[in-house]
Amino acid sequence: MLSIRYEAPRSIAEAIHLLASDPGAHVLAGGTDLLVQFRAGAKQPSAFIDVKRIPDLVGISLDTNGLRLGAATPAAAICEHAELGRLWPGLVEAVHLIGSAQIQGRGSVGGNLCNASPAADTTSALIADRAECVIAGPGGERVVPAERFCTGPGTTILRRDELLVAVVLPRPPARTADAYFRLIPRSEMDIAVAGAGASVTLDASGTCTAARVAVGAVAPTALLVDAAGQALIGTRLDEATLSLAAAAASAAARPISDKRGTAAYRRHVVGVLAKRAIVSAAARARER
Amino acid sequence: MSARTYRYIGTRPIRHDGLDKVTGRANYGADFTLPGLLQGVVVRSPHAHARIVSIETQAAEAVPGVKAVITGKDIPETSARLALGAEGAFDLHDIGDNLMAHGKALYEGHAVAAVAATSIDAAREAAKLVRVVYEPLEPVMSIERAIAPDAPILHADMVTKGRPLPGTTGPTNIAGRMELKRGDVDQAFAGADVVVEREFRTSTVHQGYIEPHACVARSGEDGQILVWCSTQGGFIARDFCALILGIDAARIKVIPSEIGGGFGGKIPVYLEPVAIVLSHKAGRPVKMVMSRSEVFRASGPTSGTRIRMKLGAKRDGTIVAAQASLWYEAGAYRGSPSGAGAMCCLASYAIPNFFVEAHDVVVNKPKVAAYRAPGSPMATFATESLVDEVARAIGMDPIELRLKNAVAEGDHAPYGPVYGPIGLKQVLEAARAHPHWSAPLGPSQGRGVACGFWFNAGLSSSATVTLNGDGSAGVVTGNPDIGGTRVAQAMMVAEELGIPVERVRPSVADTDTAGYTDLTGGSRVCYATGMAVIRAAQDIAEQLRSRAATIWNVDRDRVAWEPGRPGRVIALDESPDGSVRPPLTIVELASKMAQTGGPIVGRAAVNAPMAGPGFAAHICDLDVDKETGRSTVARYTAIQDVGKAVHPSFVEGQMQGGAAQGIGWALNEEYIYDADGVMENAGFLDYRMPVASDLPMIDTVLVEVANPLHPYGVRGVGEVPIVPPLAAVANAMRDATGVRFTELPLSPSRVLEGLGTIAKG
Ligand SMILES: Cc1cc2nc3c(=O)[nH]c(=O)nc-3n(C[C@H](O)[C@H](O)[C@H](O)COP(=O)(O)OP(=O)(O)OC[C@H]3O[C@@H](n4cnc5c(N)ncnc54)[C@H](O)[C@@H]3O)c2cc1C
Repeated sequence: MLSIRYEAPRSIAEAIHLLASDPGAHVLAGGTDLLVQFRAGAKQPSAFIDVKRIPDLVGISLDTNGLRLGAATPAAAICEHAELGRLWPGLVEAVHLIGSAQIQGRGSVGGNLCNASPAADTTSALIADRAECVIAGPGGERVVPAERFCTGPGTTILRRDELLVAVVLPRPPARTADAYFRLIPRSEMDIAVAGAGASVTLDASGTCTAARVAVGAVAPTALLVDAAGQALIGTRLDEATLSLAAAAASAAARPISDKRGTAAYRRHVVGVLAKRAIVSAAARARER
Repeated sequence: MSARTYRYIGTRPIRHDGLDKVTGRANYGADFTLPGLLQGVVVRSPHAHARIVSIETQAAEAVPGVKAVITGKDIPETSARLALGAEGAFDLHDIGDNLMAHGKALYEGHAVAAVAATSIDAAREAAKLVRVVYEPLEPVMSIERAIAPDAPILHADMVTKGRPLPGTTGPTNIAGRMELKRGDVDQAFAGADVVVEREFRTSTVHQGYIEPHACVARSGEDGQILVWCSTQGGFIARDFCALILGIDAARIKVIPSEIGGGFGGKIPVYLEPVAIVLSHKAGRPVKMVMSRSEVFRASGPTSGTRIRMKLGAKRDGTIVAAQASLWYEAGAYRGSPSGAGAMCCLASYAIPNFFVEAHDVVVNKPKVAAYRAPGSPMATFATESLVDEVARAIGMDPIELRLKNAVAEGDHAPYGPVYGPIGLKQVLEAARAHPHWSAPLGPSQGRGVACGFWFNAGLSSSATVTLNGDGSAGVVTGNPDIGGTRVAQAMMVAEELGIPVERVRPSVADTDTAGYTDLTGGSRVCYATGMAVIRAAQDIAEQLRSRAATIWNVDRDRVAWEPGRPGRVIALDESPDGSVRPPLTIVELASKMAQTGGPIVGRAAVNAPMAGPGFAAHICDLDVDKETGRSTVARYTAIQDVGKAVHPSFVEGQMQGGAAQGIGWALNEEYIYDADGVMENAGFLDYRMPVASDLPMIDTVLVEVANPLHPYGVRGVGEVPIVPPLAAVANAMRDATGVRFTELPLSPSRVLEGLGTIAKG
């Protein structure tokens, strides 16, 4: 009775053609969001366009400029990549938080971004790390910063016939490191009640010269909190400064009350998490 | 009894069903299939409270592949009741109406119709096309609302059973009320040095068994019915179906599958009678499997509660008075375990004066089912929190205080009888002596201790033991094996007959094969069914004596049974020629079975009206992150009087499992409803049961105070361990934060609200 097409294109062009020709088609990466939504009846695709066989979408390439992460690269491959863990420990931590070993064997960073859950763990980390999203469409490629990729819960700037190809991250300068913290009531297998990522650059004397703070699950999309990052620059990250940054993160939050936590709780705890992320990122930066 | 030394009891053999279970070979409820099988789907109410105006099924029936559509009209309204033991009984009218609404949908998820079709897709599509017109009514989602003077009434004919509140007239949502009292409470409080009083709340929680409800039913042209299902009792499932549908029990055979947990929640029927009616109508077998969401929304969780309690004590720690008002949500139909809560909440202490009132209140939530020590954990949460407060108020060690007031043999239980040998004092002494109690705490940690009580049940059981020609044996009982009871039964046969456990094959039989046996519940199987197994094995030993007497041509009372290894029969007298007769082993006698009188089958049926009560004490260390309100159990020790541990690993498993469920109840589990009474977290993602990594290894201490009602001293062990954790965790939270939390769960936001960090909301 129910019939769904399954397509496994080998090229970006082919994938875009398939998407363009069937408005009911959905991109399938690891399927750890899509198949769950499909089974729950929340999405009824007419076709699954499996992008895992497109070489450009799978793989990790690292050079002096930075990282290019194929959108459909499984989380497990990222977690097992020693150099990634060294350069972006916060991002890898965020990836490692996704689900379980089984979920990480399939789930991807591209899927995490494109699913556009406000609570997606890697999104805040990517924003803090100045990630950019490489998008392919019928008219060619465009690149947008990670903080502009999601437009609301479940929505992105992708058009129907576009595909996220990769995310690219600039190589962190000297004495720069990142961190990501989330709050879940349990220890794993849960969705963030709030999350915060930070990237901090210090000079030789330990003064902060650049910083970015991003928060998740406290607004319709993950947010870059400029005020929190700005508060850190030029300081030695003393307690008062950290409190200012935490307050900025809380102030930027526009949370709702739902089954996962109250608005008041989220607003408070995102500040705590932002502060912890900053402290952790700074400690790592000092070691570099 | 204490002098008896055991060969097998107390050892840890591998369970017979273990390999099948770990390899996935075992058959659970959803694993059965038959030729021509149809798939059944239930249509459920989206409203928490609504009058059903009309149901139209033609469009659904027209879907290709659909073979039957039924509604409440197809499930007869019955007034039958099903007795359980001497006192308990199930109201089948309510169970029938819960299976499929007749006039009103009483909770979101209440079944209103069902469809059977040749494919699950067709069944689902048809289910969507069943057109139900509802007249939504205001949902009653809390005790406060249910008892308000202007509250909508769920059942127009409901009157309070028991002792109604004075002044109650007309229909009510208070389905029942009972009182327990002793002494003079007012005078005792007046004479107390310390009085503590608080109001407590707990949320609706679910057992969370891994296996959803599932069954296959086949109703034949000859009126014979077969049901395969995941149930806590083949016989109770059979009798529910028979009585609800008005069918002779002899026409129904229930084959219980392996069961992936029940905890009380698989005592009622939800799918089986529906599948029978669908199968009858379609003329083909029907399979029905609940989704996880259906399990949450439409099976039986346990009550949310509101409890006001007061304790009075002397400065020396003697508790002199207790007063409690218990309010338990029953869900949509009467029958919360509030009465059990009342009987359990003071059962650990010898308190001379008390007054407890317990109310059973209907609300628009699923009808509650039993959940491990039903009713006891919530009321005990109140008691044990207040005992902790008394200890703080008078500056006494909390274990010391409990020991001072603990019940012992000869004390009257608050619910009536006099306790026989019980082990609460020994349990508390073991807790005090445990290294955990004196271990240093980390800076953000607190420690709590709490006790718990459960009655344990006896009820009726049968067993058959068959001796094989090679000296091995089979034991057949009718209790689905939830906690390792099969291997325990094999161990009992091994013990009595002196044959290795591996040479005994235990099996759980269907209702045509096993003798009548009450359900797997009430922590009764190892105790009561075990008693039947022991007697059936002893019946074999008796028959072996007769066979030896025949062989030796002597009087039966001149031969004795020696349960050695192997078991053997010895002659008490020399043979006529003066020689000593060599003993005959069970193996030799088994091989001569055909020549000495034929098959050797032992049988026993027992009715165990009473059981030995169980007590436990748990110690919990909680690590609290005061900035986020998140807490982690850092260390946990469960100490329990287990009577006699037949298979210690499974006893420990019960204690750890009960503790894990209780910790979940305390920390994060709760049914969350929106303003319309629709459940928002009907899945394991947001119904936050603990996952393995949330818990430390739970340490266990088995205290063995023999239960004189059982030949080995066994007492029920499965339920007590869920009773102490709620207060053990809350007392640890009090210790860590300085704040007394009276509302569960202690979720991170509630903790920060309690600490005053954030506003309530
Ligand atoms: C048990 C479990 C636990 C989980 N735990 C977490 C967690 O802790 N944290 C967390 O953030 N998430 C969690 N998730 C959600 C999910 O695993 C992640 O979001 C994961 O990163 C999704 O990746 P995927 O490759 O499986 O995406 P898919 O399910 O394949 O796709 C997700 C969505 O993105 C679209 N899409 C995917 N790739 C592209 C692309 N290249 N271009 C355009 N559109 C695309 C799909 O069409 C779909 O709408 C969990 C899920 C499960 C089932």
